[in-house]
Amino acid sequence: MNNINDLRYREVLIECLYQMADDKLLLGHRDSEWLGCCPDIEGDVAFSSIAQDEVGHATFYYQLLHQLGEDDPDRLAFGRDASKWRNCMLVERENDDWTYSITRHLFFDQFDQIRLQAMCTSSYEPLQHGVKKMIREEYYHLLHMKTWFKQLGRAGGVATQKLQQAIEKLWPDVNGMFSFAGIEEDLLRFELIQLTPTEMRVKWEAEMKALFQQANMSWPGEFPQLKHDGRKGEHSAALKTLLLTMGEVYQSEPSAKW
Amino acid sequence: MTEEKQYASFMERIRAGEKIEATDWMPIEYRKLLIKLIHMHAVSEIMGAYPEKEWVPRAPSLRRKLAIMAKVQDEMGHGQLLLRVVEDLSAPLGRTREELVSDIYHGKVKFHNVFHMEARTWADAGVIGWLVDGAAIINQASLLETSYGPYARVLKRICAEESFHMQHGENIILALAMGTDAQRQSLQTALDYWWESLLFFFGPQEVTPAAKQMMHYQIRLKTNEELRQKFLDKYVPRIQSLGLTIPDLSLRYDDSQKKWRYQAPDWHKFSQIVTQNKGPKSEERMLLRKKAHEDQQWVREAMRNHNISISSAL
Repeated sequence: MNNINDLRYREVLIECLYQMADDKLLLGHRDSEWLGCCPDIEGDVAFSSIAQDEVGHATFYYQLLHQLGEDDPDRLAFGRDASKWRNCMLVERENDDWTYSITRHLFFDQFDQIRLQAMCTSSYEPLQHGVKKMIREEYYHLLHMKTWFKQLGRAGGVATQKLQQAIEKLWPDVNGMFSFAGIEEDLLRFELIQLTPTEMRVKWEAEMKALFQQANMSWPGEFPQLKHDGRKGEHSAALKTLLLTMGEVYQSEPSAKW
Repeated sequence: MTEEKQYASFMERIRAGEKIEATDWMPIEYRKLLIKLIHMHAVSEIMGAYPEKEWVPRAPSLRRKLAIMAKVQDEMGHGQLLLRVVEDLSAPLGRTREELVSDIYHGKVKFHNVFHMEARTWADAGVIGWLVDGAAIINQASLLETSYGPYARVLKRICAEESFHMQHGENIILALAMGTDAQRQSLQTALDYWWESLLFFFGPQEVTPAAKQMMHYQIRLKTNEELRQKFLDKYVPRIQSLGLTIPDLSLRYDDSQKKWRYQAPDWHKFSQIVTQNKGPKSEERMLLRKKAHEDQQWVREAMRNHNISISSAL
C-alpha cells in the first residue's frame, strides 16, 4: 500500500528516513575520525572505505527526504540542531579504543542488515531500490567487523580484556537501535517495513549470540531499559560537540557555496 | 660472475632502459638509494594525511565530505603500496614494516616540508589538494620512467589518483574564488601561507651527491630545479587567472633564459623543518603517528597470533 498522498504515510516515511540517514551520517563521521590513527595502514584504508559507504548511504536518504519536501541535504546534515537528530545514541558516542569502535560498528551493522532486509519489499519504491544496493555493500562491512570481533575475542590477553570492557560499555545502548519512536505500527501497516522491532531484536540476538560463542565471549544478558531515546531527539553532549565540529565551516557562511 | 661483471651488466641494463625487479641482482648503493627515496615518499604520503585529516570532519557539504574522505584514503593507500615496495627492498637488510613505521617518530626518515605545516582553514585544505598535490604530481610523473620496476608500477597508479586529487582541490578553490569576499580572502591568505613551502617542496637548487647518484642509476631523471620550473610553468598562469596575487613581487619569466626568476624560499628555515622536524606541526603529527603505532601494538599482536580464515566469519 503506497499512498504517498496519505498524510500519515508521508509523516512516518519521513520520520523513518531521518532515523536511517542520521544513524549513517554519524557512524560514517565517527569512522572517519580514525583516519591516520588505525593500528596499521591497511586498517586505515579499510575503515576509510567503510566511512565513505556510510556517508554515501546517508546522502542517499537525505536526498529522498529532500524529494519529499524536506530541506536541502546539506542543510539537514550541517545546519540542524541536536534536538532534531533521530539517530540512536550508539552511533553518536565517541570512538574510544579500537575494540569499542569495532564492536559498536558490528552491533550497528548487524542491526542495519536486519532493518535493510526488512525493507527489501518496502511499499516506497525509491527506498526499496536503494536498500537493495546498500545491502550488497553492508555485507562486507559486517564481514569485516565479525572477523575483527572473533579475532580480538580469541586473542586473549589485553585484546580480549578490552573487548569485554567495550561490550559492557556498549550494552546499555543496544536497545536504542530498536526504537522507532512510536512509528513502528504505522511502518508495518503501510508496509514500509516487514518486521516489528521485537522481531528484529530477536534476529539480532540470535546472530550475535552465535558470534559471541565463536569469539569465546560471554553474553552479557538482558538489555537495560533505555534511559534516553536518541530517536526522540534525546542526545548526549557528544552529539553536540560532533555537530559543532561538523558544521563549523558550513555555519561560518551558511548561504555561501562551498 | 664477479661482482665487477655483475655491476657492468647491471649498468648495461640501466642504460638500455630495462626495468630492474625486486629479485634481480643490484648494487647495494642502488638498493640503499631506492630505500631512501621510496621510504621518504611512503612516509610523506602517510604524514600527508594529517593536515587534511583536520578538515575531514569539517568539510562543508556532503559532497565535499565524501571527496576529502576518499582523497585522504588514497594517500594512506599510496603510503601502503610504497611501504610494500620498501619492505621488499629492505628485507635483505633485515628491516621490517614495524621499523619502517617507527622510523617516522624516531626521526630516522624525513617527510616533505609541506606536511610539517599547519592547515588552518578550509581554504588551506583546498590549496593542499590543488597546489601541494599539483607539485607532487609533477614530482611523481617525472619518476614514472624510473629504472626500478616495482616503483614505476606503483607510481603509475599513484599518478592516476593524484590527478583526481588535483581536480578535487581545484574544485574547492574555484568555489572559494567565485564565492563571498570572506571566502576569497581566506583563499588569498592560504596562498600567501603556502607559496614559500611549495617552492621549497622540490628541494635545493644544487644537485646533491645523492641526487647525482640517483640520476646515475636512472632512479630519477630530472633535477629539482627542472621540476620547480615545470611547476611554475603550469601553475603561475592558473593562479593568476583566478585573480589571486602570488606573494612574490620579483616573480617573472625570463625570456632569454627561458626560465622563471623567483624569490628563493628560506632554504635554511625549511631544511631545519625537514631534517630536525621543527615545523609548526611536526611534533604533534609525529606524536599522532606514534600513538597510532605504539599504543595499538596489542591490536597487531592479536591479529598475528590468532589467524582465523575470513570465510569462517559469516
